[in-house]
Amino acid sequence: MTASSTSSDPSSPSASATAPEALAAEPSAPVAFPQDRTCPYHPPAAYDPLRATRPLARITLFDGRPAWLVTGHAAARALLADPRLSSDRTRPGFPVATARFGSPRRRRTALLGVDDPEHHTQRRMLAPSFTLRRAAALRPGIRRVVDGRLDAMIAQGPPADLVAAFALPVPSMVICSLLGVPYADHEFFEEQSRRLLRGPSVEDTLDARDRLDEYLGGLIDRKRTGPCGDGVLDDLVRERLREGGVDRDELVALAVILLIAGHETTANMISLGTYTLLRHPDRLAELRGDPALVPAAVEELLRMLSIADGLLRLATEDVEVAGTVIRAGEGVLFATSVVNRDDTVYADPDALDLHRPARHHVAFGFGVHQCLGQNLARAELEIALQTLFARLPGLRLAIPADRIPFKPGDTIQGMLELPVTW
Amino acid sequence: MHTGTRIDIDRDVCIGAGQCALTAPAVFTQDDDGYSTLRPGREDGGHGDAMVGEAVRACPVGAITLSRQGG
Repeated sequence: MTASSTSSDPSSPSASATAPEALAAEPSAPVAFPQDRTCPYHPPAAYDPLRATRPLARITLFDGRPAWLVTGHAAARALLADPRLSSDRTRPGFPVATARFGSPRRRRTALLGVDDPEHHTQRRMLAPSFTLRRAAALRPGIRRVVDGRLDAMIAQGPPADLVAAFALPVPSMVICSLLGVPYADHEFFEEQSRRLLRGPSVEDTLDARDRLDEYLGGLIDRKRTGPCGDGVLDDLVRERLREGGVDRDELVALAVILLIAGHETTANMISLGTYTLLRHPDRLAELRGDPALVPAAVEELLRMLSIADGLLRLATEDVEVAGTVIRAGEGVLFATSVVNRDDTVYADPDALDLHRPARHHVAFGFGVHQCLGQNLARAELEIALQTLFARLPGLRLAIPADRIPFKPGDTIQGMLELPVTW
Repeated sequence: MHTGTRIDIDRDVCIGAGQCALTAPAVFTQDDDGYSTLRPGREDGGHGDAMVGEAVRACPVGAITLSRQGG
């Protein structure tokens, strides 16, 4: 198959697209959101009609509540940067995308769940630890982790489950080292993170959050009273908690977010990025032949895969967008997978093109909440993908591609397993 | 971008995302606190660095403004 030709790919969105003229002629019925992807690296086929109604669509959430879905690139950037849209999940009426987060006793989610000025204080407290320079300084350590996991995987295989052997442990080890969390506890916090993001019920999600709060609270207490290391949490305990610049509950909430966001998202990008490249052998050959393409390839994979597909906001005032008024109190969601395929910004948007200028995608969000760890994520993805394909020239899927399970639409996108051989 | 352009960075708005320094590293850098800063001698718009406009667009919070200087 020609990797760049979407028409030869039966899973491509264009293969199942309905006539756009018919949809543009009259407002279409609300689409249910979120839905499962049909191919793990393309938006759900059910979102195809949304491309014809950019930049906004009406959707229905799991609980029957209507909301707006932003699907156009310019509108998404404008609205994600608009302070009239709140991220405060404790506000009455804040939209809920999946039943497991539909709890009445929701606790505060640090950073991504608070508005300015509280958010700005938290962000500025953490920004020094996530600069480009800090990410660059972490590269040698990331290389050691990547090589170590590949050594272990190669020693035990082939075959291997790339998720368990590589995609998850690499970012998990990196974030543990950066934060000052013992990697020896990884099975515990990876399991709680899985329950929090993909658990079967509200109760399960709340219990996972309780356990993470308890675990990280204990860790922070030990750092406060005992010896401090050189991790980000150690710095925050030493420079902020002891000085009264942050209270314990807020620091625990920050630690929970940093730990979860620091490993789940990157793990998903490594597994899904690997799968996507293996499904585009011409592009993979091109990448292997020219290591200078790696940063652009990572940017293009971020755009194409859009693993955080369904950002949430609540309008606190009326906001006009492209002639439509979003009313105060209405939920606003962002389909990053559809936004990042806006054909007014990206030519042939469904194709994986390592040479396109993929920058300005919203895979990391936009506005004040744009991903704090994006520079670290880029460093990890560049090193992980480049080293994986360089060290295993014969890397391939161990079972037919269409039998490999991936995550449902109501959580961060990625592979559940990735059986590979080499 | 012309040499008659002036770059201003609003440090009260900057969140330290580093996207300006990633996009136009010859013109922008980050200080130790993560704040965007201009490399020395680049206040004039980076001597026509074509990526300055892209860096402005990449800033998630609109902290960077370009203005033409008189003349």
